[in-house]
Amino acid sequence: MNREILEQAFDARFPTEMKDKLRNAFVAIAGLGGLGSNLAVMLARSGVGHIGMVDFDVVDVTNLNRQVYGIPHVGKYKTEALKEILDQINPYLDYQFRREKVTKENIRELFTGYPIVCEAFDQADQKAMLVQELLTGFPDTIVISGNGMAGFGDANDIRTRKMMRRLYVCGDEKTDIADGVGLMSPRVTLCAAHQANKVLQIILEEKGE
Amino acid sequence: MVTVNGEKKEIAGKNLYQYLKEEGFEMNRVVVERNLEIVPKEELERITIQEEDSIEVLRFVGGG
Repeated sequence: MNREILEQAFDARFPTEMKDKLRNAFVAIAGLGGLGSNLAVMLARSGVGHIGMVDFDVVDVTNLNRQVYGIPHVGKYKTEALKEILDQINPYLDYQFRREKVTKENIRELFTGYPIVCEAFDQADQKAMLVQELLTGFPDTIVISGNGMAGFGDANDIRTRKMMRRLYVCGDEKTDIADGVGLMSPRVTLCAAHQANKVLQIILEEKGE
Repeated sequence: MVTVNGEKKEIAGKNLYQYLKEEGFEMNRVVVERNLEIVPKEELERITIQEEDSIEVLRFVGGG
């Protein structure tokens, strides 16, 4: 399998200019858990050319119920495990991994150069911190955040909503792991898919609402 | 009249931070927009809500 074969497989279904737009896009993902790992796989499959990913954590066995990792990845850093997975899907894209915890102090350095940033953390205060800092510190960056996808409630409650000019919020905006509700693969993946689809719409300039 | 998340409220003159706390928002889990501008966290306590303000509060929940 080489680059040409993979690109032709893509070309067969989409116009070339669409492929080029995706290939030239830069998208960052903050957090490589249930949302972020699924998002990364979807963006790689879609041919998004430059994907920046940040996470400090290692794969735990409790992650396997909703994250893209498998048993061989348990104990590995998520950045390393996801690199293995993405390289099996498309090794010809530009993946940039940073094994770091995102803080107010390193946000500027981590996300400069990415006009689209996906927030994919799991803690509510961390989500709020990152979204706040990105919207105030980067005047043009579009932020796509995952907010509320716990449990197994109605799949149709997961939606994408535009807020505040440059922010898209995906999720049900209600279910909270703090209320003792667990996370399960379908709704987490649905939420990640909302985020990934919004990324594609923005790149392809059919933003929708 | 002040608009908060689409609802009309008579809250002009109140402190924005205090108002949101009274409404039950956990302040480290929200992002607040006032008149189409994001309000930096450290400024929330200095803002008095004005008549005709339009305020949007995004409340984050955990899970990801």
